[in-house]
Amino acid sequence: MSDVAAKVKAIIVDKLGVDESEVTTEASFTNDLGADSLDTVELIMEFEKEFDLAIPDDEAEKISTVGEAVAHIEAAVK
Amino acid sequence: MELRRVVITGAGTINPLGNSVEEYWKNLKNGVSGAGPITHFDTTLHTTKFACEVKDFDAIQYMERKEIRKYDLYTQYAFASTDQAIKDSGIDLEKIDGDRVGVIWGAGIGGLQTFYEEARAYKDERPRFSPFFIPKMIANIAGGLVSIKYGFRGPNYTTVSACASASHAMIDAMNMIRMGKADIMITGGSEAGVNEAGVAGFNSMRALSTRNDDPSTASRPFDKDRDGFVMGEGSAAFVFEEYESAVKRGAKIYAEVVGGGMSADAFHMTAPDPDGKGAKLVMKWAIEDAGLKPEDIDYINVHGTSTPLGDIAEPKAILSTFGNHAYKLSISSTKSMTGHLLGAAGAIEGLASVLAMQNNTVPPTINHFTDDPEIDDKLDFTFNVAKEREINVALSNTFGFGGHNATVVFKKL
Repeated sequence: MSDVAAKVKAIIVDKLGVDESEVTTEASFTNDLGADSLDTVELIMEFEKEFDLAIPDDEAEKISTVGEAVAHIEAAVK
Repeated sequence: MELRRVVITGAGTINPLGNSVEEYWKNLKNGVSGAGPITHFDTTLHTTKFACEVKDFDAIQYMERKEIRKYDLYTQYAFASTDQAIKDSGIDLEKIDGDRVGVIWGAGIGGLQTFYEEARAYKDERPRFSPFFIPKMIANIAGGLVSIKYGFRGPNYTTVSACASASHAMIDAMNMIRMGKADIMITGGSEAGVNEAGVAGFNSMRALSTRNDDPSTASRPFDKDRDGFVMGEGSAAFVFEEYESAVKRGAKIYAEVVGGGMSADAFHMTAPDPDGKGAKLVMKWAIEDAGLKPEDIDYINVHGTSTPLGDIAEPKAILSTFGNHAYKLSISSTKSMTGHLLGAAGAIEGLASVLAMQNNTVPPTINHFTDDPEIDDKLDFTFNVAKEREINVALSNTFGFGGHNATVVFKKL
């Protein structure tokens, strides 16, 4: 697992109060991890803070799974 | 319209004297001070460095980790006391009709710490506020979340009247049942103002005691050397229930809630009317609403915050409301022990009033050292030591900034 993926996972575990084993690449924030719309916005904000980047709203809307988040961040921090 | 009767069948509390009703009463009766140096934040830059904090609060006993993170401390206190009260009442959540259960909560400020943290974070580090900023901070969210947790779909709102908030909530909750709008109401109040902004804000108003060298004697209502109130925090919750159905299910009944009064000082933003005109009206109207006479009152749990002006105005109002009977009734300010819980004051003091009746014991006004010549010393303030006496009817007075006054009347069954 990449460094980004590990950090993303840790944030999700902390913010959504889910078990680490549930945070798979395919897991959807809302369908699998119990996030509501507010949780999703908070997650994006935490990613921005952790990786010191800005994710515009139209791009944030496309991030719905753990894998999508990792891919977006890895592309952005390169 | 025939008004239905309302009784208290459950209670819970998290406050500076205890995290259960039993512990609270034990410490009230024994005259224990809940004050100590502030542990919630670094007070180096603050004028007042002590408060009556809640001790050993373990939120995880009452909610999930995810909830703790999303709920301001004032909501966590509300959840904890509500959980205790519902369990204490013995109501079967599976059997009751959630549409007939409402929640009217009281909070003077709400999520002050959340507001402060978010505003600071916005300035220091982030371009945006958290999506939980608003729902975590608003003063009505505790009541909303309680309804969500238990599926209570009856009337639901929060009263905001500074230090009278919880009393207003309890009066409205009583009236909902009286008028048949609900059969059970969850009510009470919570506050969590012992934080950087809360203490600094009240310090700026010169409202807080600054007796940093002796926190446990700082809250001294009606003492000549009082120098302001001591900030408290916490919550108390009640289950109010329609009398007939409570009896039918064989519920334990603490007391009957027989009336409430509400008035305004119409005088000043923060200072009380020096003659206590609003305070006099609120007690008069509360007693009338209860269908009682002033002579029926045995005990008044007064607002008595340990501030210079308020502690002079309230006894004056008692004397003009009760005449000679003022000297026969017992008075005490339990804020001498709990500190001032702001919007939750009416809840924990209503609970103190009910427990006083149940135990026929007046909890004391501790920390009395010197009489104030401006306060009639023939009034019985129950200084320093609890007093055993028959209490059949008790009043709980609360007065808030803005000149809001609310008084609740409890009667032994």
